[in-house]
Amino acid sequence: MLLTRMTVVLLSVVLLSACGDQASHKEDKGDEAGNPTKVDRKVGFIYVGPIGDAGWTFAHDQGRKALESRFPGLQTMCVENVKEGADAERVLSKLAQEGCTLVFATSFGYMDAVLAAAERFPATVFMHATGFKRAANVGTYFGRAYQTICLAGLAGGALTTSGKIGYVAPVPIPEVIRHVNAFTLGAREANPSCTVHVVWTNAWYDPAAEKDAARSLMDAGCDVIMSEGDSPAPIQAAEERGIFAIGYNSDSRAFAPTKYVTAAIWDWGVLYSRIVEEVLAGVWKSEDYWWGMETGLTTLADWGPAVPEDVRQLVASRQQDIVDGRFDVFDGPVFRQDGTRAIPADTRATDVELLGMTYFVQGVVGTVPK
Amino acid sequence: MRRLIFHRRHGRSALHDSLTIAGSIGVALLAGYLFLEASGIDAAGAYRALLVDPLGTSYGFFETLVKAIPLILTGLAVAVAFRMRLWNIGAEGQLYAGALAATYVALFTPDFGLPRAPLMLVAACAAGAVWAAVPGVLRATLGVSEILVTLMGNYVAILVADHLCYGPWKGKTTFGFPMSDRFPDDAALPAFAGTRLHVGLFVGVLCSLALWALLWRTKWGFQVRVAGSNVRAAEYAGYRVKRDAVVVMILSGTLAGMAGGVELSGVLHRLQPRFSPGYGYTAILVAWLARLHPLAVPLVAFLFGVLLTGGEQLQVMGISSSLVDVLQGLILLSVLAADAAANWRMAWVVHQGSALSEGVVHD
Repeated sequence: MLLTRMTVVLLSVVLLSACGDQASHKEDKGDEAGNPTKVDRKVGFIYVGPIGDAGWTFAHDQGRKALESRFPGLQTMCVENVKEGADAERVLSKLAQEGCTLVFATSFGYMDAVLAAAERFPATVFMHATGFKRAANVGTYFGRAYQTICLAGLAGGALTTSGKIGYVAPVPIPEVIRHVNAFTLGAREANPSCTVHVVWTNAWYDPAAEKDAARSLMDAGCDVIMSEGDSPAPIQAAEERGIFAIGYNSDSRAFAPTKYVTAAIWDWGVLYSRIVEEVLAGVWKSEDYWWGMETGLTTLADWGPAVPEDVRQLVASRQQDIVDGRFDVFDGPVFRQDGTRAIPADTRATDVELLGMTYFVQGVVGTVPK
Repeated sequence: MRRLIFHRRHGRSALHDSLTIAGSIGVALLAGYLFLEASGIDAAGAYRALLVDPLGTSYGFFETLVKAIPLILTGLAVAVAFRMRLWNIGAEGQLYAGALAATYVALFTPDFGLPRAPLMLVAACAAGAVWAAVPGVLRATLGVSEILVTLMGNYVAILVADHLCYGPWKGKTTFGFPMSDRFPDDAALPAFAGTRLHVGLFVGVLCSLALWALLWRTKWGFQVRVAGSNVRAAEYAGYRVKRDAVVVMILSGTLAGMAGGVELSGVLHRLQPRFSPGYGYTAILVAWLARLHPLAVPLVAFLFGVLLTGGEQLQVMGISSSLVDVLQGLILLSVLAADAAANWRMAWVVHQGSALSEGVVHD
């Protein structure tokens, strides 16, 4: 009886699908001899969160839109809310199958899936954000957000009166650890005795957990909140209590109109345009793109109304040092939490050291899960 | 006073059921059509994407099956427990427990000279069984609600998996990123050439047949079904209901644990935190829609696979994931409504005075 019912369901489904018109689904492959001014290519994006997160995924989607306006005729497609599990490889393959010449995978956990899909579609270029594995048609990319986060920390250190800054940290991976450290180094440059208190939410996007983390940090006496999660919930929570809020990913001042300090934000369109140009010109090579502040990929959002002029000046001069290469965040000496020296004096940390960073620096209150 | 009452239907016919379901799906698709058109989307194209990609292309079809495998096993896990009115909400946690045991066997046990994949599945089953036995025993001995204990078990298992990925089991080749090392080659279930479809599908279908035989062709299965329909009758008949409840929970956990082992061994080949997109919860829907019938679970799981993978195709077409969720929800809701409509007949009755006893309705 039940089987009959299911058969009917299946049958109706198949019939219905057969009813649709068959014409428009044919995809046209890019024309080799076509008009060179019009870009007849497709670029795909796969996102870990919802586009409306007002954070990480939103920023990448702004980059996608920038591509559409920069390259007339270029068609983009995206799939949001794709978990970092078995689904990713299928979605990546689908994008390649739909004719994408270039696919951006915008979360670390897609790594294995990107490599598997890339093997199946050797003619498609895959770019994996924040990853470290490359192949002939797989490149990796990220930005030196630690530079802007350090500047945000500088402002935070100058603004705190309690000497305690709260840091809502998403997932304990080297990228986030590096950012916490950069923030702390910046904050302690402005206020050598201040501490940065870390609470992990163990999720990239979890507005409830992020808000709870921010509240517990404020309960513990923090009077500046920095949030690296993908949602603006901690910023909102800080505003509610009249506490300074620093954001990440995208400009979220709308959620804290009076207490917004700044945010370390992304302009992915800058990097994405360059990669598309390289792919279109046929000069793209598999490499790691790790762009700094000087490119405009990572920048500081405009100052909030409550930030005094001297703090703005302090940050502006440090920013110039970074852009000009006179200073970088992880210039030694840098000490670990336990007081041992991690980076010797007069040495700049190498990219390999930065990419594999698994320790907190002095001034951080919190632990890296071991 | 007018009031709405529900009569349970008896003697339902297959034809009647089929018509109700087909009709409700038709209504859902029509409603979805209007909804999509109102949102400015080519609805015919959207339906084609939703259905043709998972069913009409070989890659899409294999991928739909891949998606269905963990849903079959967790769906069976939920179905067998719910059959006996044991509300095991913890298939997700049991799945993680299984995945952890499978990872342990894959990475940290000496080479026994046997292929690792089967051993991983055995370990996964055992771990899932233990995870489910705890709430089973607590309920049988102390009367603790299995709903709460199984649900909390989910959070614990997921956090243990997090801890292992960020801590002791963090890979040596992953640059400090939270995931285990990749499993050795003999830890992978065989897959069909050029696809991700692995033998886990047969495992799922075999489990479905075995569970059906156990419940409908053995005396023990009869006892479980009787206890599920009427505990008092079962106790009166002298069945050992409490013991059977523990056994059913263990069976349920075994199936869910196997789902975790199969997913890692068949598809992911390493442990990653939060690798499951909520299979253990979707399983509850799968099991209900399958009427808790083991033979129907694979079919329903496959339909879920169609709906979920087709939904990705809709996004590729430029439809936002929230619209896709609405469409999927509409379809599921109407199937559930049809199910209720097939089971119950609604009628308005007019009460005259208070002579009628309240609430009791006879057909």
